[in-house]
This record gives sequence, structure tokens and C-alpha cells, in this order.
Amino acid sequence: MEAFFSYGFLQRAVVAGIFVAIACALLGVFLILRRDAMIGHGLAHVTFAGVAIGLLLHVLPLLTALAVAVLTALMIVKLKEKAGIYGDTAIAIFSSVGFALGILIISLARGFNVDLFGYLFGDILAISVSEVWLSIALAVVVVIIIIVNYHKFLFMTFDRETAKASGVKVERLDIILTILTAITVVLGMKVVGILLVSALIVIPSASGLQIASNFKYATIVSAIIAVSSVVLGLFASVYFDFPASGSIVVISFTLFLLIFAVKQLRK
Amino acid sequence: MALSVSKHGQLIDIENISFSFGNTKVLVDVTFSISSGDFLAIIGPNGSGKTTLIRIILGLLKPSHGKICIMGKTVGEFRDWHEIGYVPQKATHIDTLFPVSVKEVVEMGLVSSKVFPKIKKRDEEQLIMRALKYVGMQGYINQRIGNLSGGQQQRIFIARAIVNHPHILFLDEPTTGVDAEMQERFYDMLNDLNKKEGITIVLITHDIGILNKHVSQVACLNQRLVYHGTHKEFCNSGVFKEMLADGHHVITHKH
Repeated sequence: MEAFFSYGFLQRAVVAGIFVAIACALLGVFLILRRDAMIGHGLAHVTFAGVAIGLLLHVLPLLTALAVAVLTALMIVKLKEKAGIYGDTAIAIFSSVGFALGILIISLARGFNVDLFGYLFGDILAISVSEVWLSIALAVVVVIIIIVNYHKFLFMTFDRETAKASGVKVERLDIILTILTAITVVLGMKVVGILLVSALIVIPSASGLQIASNFKYATIVSAIIAVSSVVLGLFASVYFDFPASGSIVVISFTLFLLIFAVKQLRK
Repeated sequence: MALSVSKHGQLIDIENISFSFGNTKVLVDVTFSISSGDFLAIIGPNGSGKTTLIRIILGLLKPSHGKICIMGKTVGEFRDWHEIGYVPQKATHIDTLFPVSVKEVVEMGLVSSKVFPKIKKRDEEQLIMRALKYVGMQGYINQRIGNLSGGQQQRIFIARAIVNHPHILFLDEPTTGVDAEMQERFYDMLNDLNKKEGITIVLITHDIGILNKHVSQVACLNQRLVYHGTHKEFCNSGVFKEMLADGHHVITHKH
């Protein structure tokens, strides 16, 4: 264990991973209950184009991915609102187009396939100091915004019409929540990769929601499960030489199954 | 806080409201007022625009014509939403898997209050407990709402709507799916809120049997405002007799 924390790259991975895990879990409980669990998956595909743009232009891919994801998140909200189409349809359209654009950009500029691989499958052990600080800063912003608006998010998630009739600006909060999702997806991309980021948002929160008697408890349990998954996943990755992203997601799913089994046994 | 009213001395002024869904007219030129302390029943056949009117008053729908003034301000200008409680038509059609406790549901009602961030945790707990005691559900504070019966859930939604001690409480068919005995107790509770707590009640109902018992005013809608006046006048009016003749189901209540 001592050796585990003696490496700088591991310390950075653990610190960034914990912050990102908390943001993912807090957001995840709202997204699942809003039936928006797949928005993380959709936006993750879009960030692929953002990363490709960053690599092409030699700009920090985290920043270009962030810009593309936030822009797309806003377009999804508008498309749902103005075109009157279902949310999952809007997500499906943008995720496919985003991924397709990513492929086109890669074909335009060959030579960064190795870098791209790290974004697709996650490379938290290679996270740089500047990326750690950026991740922590963004994760803290996400968590603070969720905490400040916690009661409003909960009200509109549970009973949208009454929340609106009570003066809660639900349309504005929809946009905020979607932008927070875009930011969180980009953060999670570095931890577990584009292809697995929605797992980090959905699985720990789905575990917390299984056993919670109230919403506050659900968010706390989800955050604990998300942090445990990241820390144990990194531990497994170092000691068994597994890829970090796969280990984190498999451990979070194992915790989900354990909670499910305990719940079934208690019935 | 002093109660604000319009220049006409009314709590809510509904002025020439018309509303259409596409080409279908739902409300046509509806005008009437709601006074402070009223217990108003809005009645009418299905599709007569009752729910639409309430949703327009609450700013959930925009009318195609006319305006609503709440406490002297148009809906767009009105900010004191904590003065209004609302129990929607399908309040009890909740997601039973949603992990939310009774306390958390009632607490949602405090979100609308401007003073919410300034309320101390202890005061907040007292407000929640007071509202729950009022509806006789204080023993269920930590229960998951999905584990309660429809009638119990409805009481919790009333508690949420009154936790801010609003001036006006809107209820849209609140006794749907609630058994007869519970309905009696429910209407008694609304009567207490109106008479003892001074809360103006606006109730959408098909249950015209309750009119004699608690209601002070009746508004009858059928796209247009067919009738607006006291319940006594209404019960002797041709409109009421026509409704009975049309086969409106009258539910009787013990007195």
C-alpha cells in the first residue's frame, strides 16, 4: 500500500479520480431519475470529435472536448425543445454525428492514433499535473453547482410541473444540468475513456439508488461507491497490471451486483 | 406579511382568457375573480378547460388572449410563488421507485420561498413537522413516499403545498382514487385550511356533492364561463339542474 502512494503518477490519478468520481455520482442520480442515463454515453461519443480537433490543432484535447461537449449539450436541449423530438432521439442523432465527425477529422490528419487511443480507453495513470488541476477545478465547480441547486434539481426531477408552478426555472436548470453533464463526461473521459465514461456516471448511481431510503442517502452512497470503484480500480490496475479504465468499471459493476444480491437476500 | 390584492380588491383576476390547442378551442373569453378567503369549486364536464385555466393561472401555459393578475401583478411579473400552493391532477401518479422520503417531498415546498436559503435548519424542520401534523402524517416523516397508499400520498402533497402557509391553494381533482371515507376527511381538512388557517382554496372537482358542505363560490366552465357565484345560488340555478339532467354523478356526503 505504501508503494501504491509513493509514485507521483498514482497520487495524481487517485486525487483526480476521486474528484471526478464524486461529480459523476452526484450527477448520475439526477440523470437516472430523469430517464436521461444515456445522455452521458451520447455526449461521450461527441467528445471524440472534440478530442480529434484538439489533437489536430495541437490544443489541449480536454479543452476542445469540453467546448464541443457543452455546445452539443445545448443543441440537444434546444432540439428537444424546439423540434419536439424525444430526448433519446436527440442524443442518438448527436452521438452518431459526433463520432462520425471524429472519424473524418482523424482521416484528415493521420499520426495521432496512439494519443487518441488513450482518450478512447482512458489513461488516468498518464494524467499530467495541469490536467489534474483542471479536473479538480471543474469537478469542484460541478459539485458546488449541484449542491447549491440540490433542492431545485430534486423538485423538478420528482415533479416537474409543480416545481415549475412553484417558481422553479426548470428550463434554465435543464440547461445547467446538461452543461454539467457535458463537463463531467469530459472529466470522466480522462479517467475511464470515451467508451466507458457513461458507466462511471450510471453504475455507481444505480447502485446507490437500489438501497436508498431517501434521496440524500442515495447521493451519498452513490458517491462512496464511485470513489471506491476508482480507488480499488486503480489499485487493481497497478498490482495486477490491468488497464485502469476496465478495472474501475468492472469493480463498480461488481459493487452493483453485491448490493443487488444483498437487497435480494433481505427480501 | 400583509395580503396584497389587485386594485379591484381581488386576489386573482382572470380577464378575458382564451386558449386553444392548435385549432381546438379550450377556453373562450373567461372572466372572473377569486377573492381572499374564498373556497371556490371549479366544475364542468371533461374537456371544459378547468385544468387548463389553473395551469394558465400558475404560468404553466400562456393564454392566446387575456391576462391573469395574481395579487395585483401579471403572471410574468409575479414573484411570490411561495404564496401559492398547488396539488396537480396526477400528483399521486408518482414513480414509486423514486427514493424520496416524506420529509424530502414536503421540503420541496420550501424551494419556492424566497426566504428559503435564509431559513434555519431548525425552523425548516418545524415548518415541515407542522405541515405534516396538519394532514395527520407526522408519523410517516422518514417513510419512502412510494411505500404509502394513494390517499396518504395525497396528504403528503397537500403538506408540501401548505408548508409555506400560502395564501392560495390550488387542487386539481385531489380525491381521484381516494376512497369515500378518506374523501370525507380530506374535505374536512380543506375546510379547516380555509376557515381556520385563512387559506383561499381553489378546487377543481367533478364531485358536485361537496358543494353544499364546504364551498362558498362555484365557477362552472364549459369552454366559456357558464356560471360564477355562490354555491347556494348555483344549487338553485338552471345550470345545476342541467348538469344533473346531463347525468353528472352526484356523490353524497355525511353532514
